[in-house]
Amino acid sequence: MIWLNQVIQGVLLGGYYALIACGLSFMFGVMRIINLAHGDLAILAAYLVWAIVDRSGLSPFVALAIVLPLMGALGWLLQRALLERSLRAGVLVPLLTTFGLAIVIQNLLFLQFGADTRSLAPAIGDLAFDSWSIGSQIYIGHLAGLEFLVAVLMLGGLQLLLARTPLGRSIRAIAEDPDTAELVGINSRRVYAAAAAIAVMTVAVGGAFLGMRATFGPYAGPAQLIFAFEAVVIGGLGSMWGTLAGGIALGVAQNVGAQISPNGFLIAGHAVFLVVLAARLLRQRIRAAP
Amino acid sequence: MSARAGLGIQRWTPLSAAAVAGLGTLAVALAFGPLYLGANAVDRLTTLFIYVILAVMWNALAGYGGLVSVGQQAFFGAGAYAAIRLSSFGVDVYFALALGGVFAGLVALALSSFALRLRGGEFAIGMWVLAELFHLLVNLDRLIQGETGTSLIALNAFGPAARRDYNYWLALAVMAGLVALMFALLRGRLGSSVQAIRDSEEAAASLGVRVLTTKRILFVVAGAGSGLAGTLYLATSISFQPATYFGVQWTAYMVFMALVGGLGTFEGPIIGALVFFALESLFGASGVWYLVGLGATAVVFALYLPRGLWGTLEERFGVRLLPVGYRVRAREPAAGSRPPRQEGTSRDSRL
Repeated sequence: MIWLNQVIQGVLLGGYYALIACGLSFMFGVMRIINLAHGDLAILAAYLVWAIVDRSGLSPFVALAIVLPLMGALGWLLQRALLERSLRAGVLVPLLTTFGLAIVIQNLLFLQFGADTRSLAPAIGDLAFDSWSIGSQIYIGHLAGLEFLVAVLMLGGLQLLLARTPLGRSIRAIAEDPDTAELVGINSRRVYAAAAAIAVMTVAVGGAFLGMRATFGPYAGPAQLIFAFEAVVIGGLGSMWGTLAGGIALGVAQNVGAQISPNGFLIAGHAVFLVVLAARLLRQRIRAAP
Repeated sequence: MSARAGLGIQRWTPLSAAAVAGLGTLAVALAFGPLYLGANAVDRLTTLFIYVILAVMWNALAGYGGLVSVGQQAFFGAGAYAAIRLSSFGVDVYFALALGGVFAGLVALALSSFALRLRGGEFAIGMWVLAELFHLLVNLDRLIQGETGTSLIALNAFGPAARRDYNYWLALAVMAGLVALMFALLRGRLGSSVQAIRDSEEAAASLGVRVLTTKRILFVVAGAGSGLAGTLYLATSISFQPATYFGVQWTAYMVFMALVGGLGTFEGPIIGALVFFALESLFGASGVWYLVGLGATAVVFALYLPRGLWGTLEERFGVRLLPVGYRVRAREPAAGSRPPRQEGTSRDSRL
């Protein structure tokens, strides 16, 4: 029973990973870049929500509604000021610029908020600890359930956006072939900026949930980036529902690993990621072989 | 093409020959450093040598090989850990430090078949995950005592003054050896092959470049070099805390040095290390703001000066101090016409 419980908690944790990873997956799908400041943007959003809650006493969900457009604007700006220029310079420069940006964000957060870890849990009252019980040993936290639901809705929303809306059509066209998309009248600069804004808004949601379910500090970003990246790669780069599956696989592996040994949580997660990656490379080689 | 007869490939210029001779002289002068330098200067220079090693290794991977790794701290930490482990088995301490570098090279060799098949961001973060995993695995060793860490106690057999001098000489020798090795590698067939791979893997393969072997040599040398830097750092600081050695800040420093000095130039990372060392000496005490400045500077260089300080100078004045490339020049310039000075493509004609 304890193992089943770990698996269920792992699936729910996978919801959080999907939440934090979908922006990374979306951005990679559209622009073919991996934003190394992704996790730090999540932490930045968590701090913004925390600061609003701390000063005004509003609910974190209301605060998130205020932070979302700010983060969207930041994503837009990020694309225009930084990524656009990096993208033109080749595939390596975006890695270098976003890595530099990550260091700037982390240390500015430290300067502004100090080294203390923060949490939004005190601000959401019962939601932080209430749970549904299944049988006598399995509990599903309300917050974890809500988080999972939001992840599914957000991934579904992104999928719908890509499949059904004019913006989604432009994004897909640009992801396929930016030059031809320009020829048929798509303004690639605007579409890229809109995609970046959407991606950073999804990261903000992930950051807010991180703040509600756990504690965070100024240097917590890189760990979130690694988890998000692992979820994206396990699920297959650029696939939305794959990201959810990848997040669940990662969460289950971590929770089962934690049950085996105290150090097992992270080790099992990294190991599953590396094994999936190695298996995929092996399959490619076998297919490529005559 | 009548002009063709008048063209030649030039690799050395009088200036670059003088530069290499000058560097050789400097290395000899530095070798006698402990005789005329103060204790503090010897310590600081040892640190500088470690930075030069890190910068040259990372630049070889990223600037020449197109392999941006965010996980070189994996080798830095693995080298230091191996030295601690071997020393605990009774291996002579300085020999254990050298073997730490060998161990890091072996780790790189073992990882290479997997890691080098990853592309771009996958390679970057894949290496990072490996570094995190190494960190966690090293923590499982009871000798290390988790994040508390341990010390290279065997070094206490030497007095502080003797240890300072030994570390200095060791770091100088390792730096000089690795820089010379990298110079020889990049000037030779490997340098041309690896740049061809960086620019287009498929095109390079179609010309007969052995893609994986070429990348593997570079990856293993860079891994061993970063591992040696880790053992040298261990020799100077004595204490080993896993979080320090496996921290991503090492890669941040490497990125900074290579970018500011000039990614993909041979001289660049050495100059970048000097700049980084100077900035650290001046502003390191201001802590977090210093780190913000480092990150911001890296962003600005990546966007606006992607060839770095040295690459920009090189482009403008055509100076090569440590020439690893090829340049096409007129042998006897015709009257009234200036010799073409631009660098030819660095593809090796033998390939």
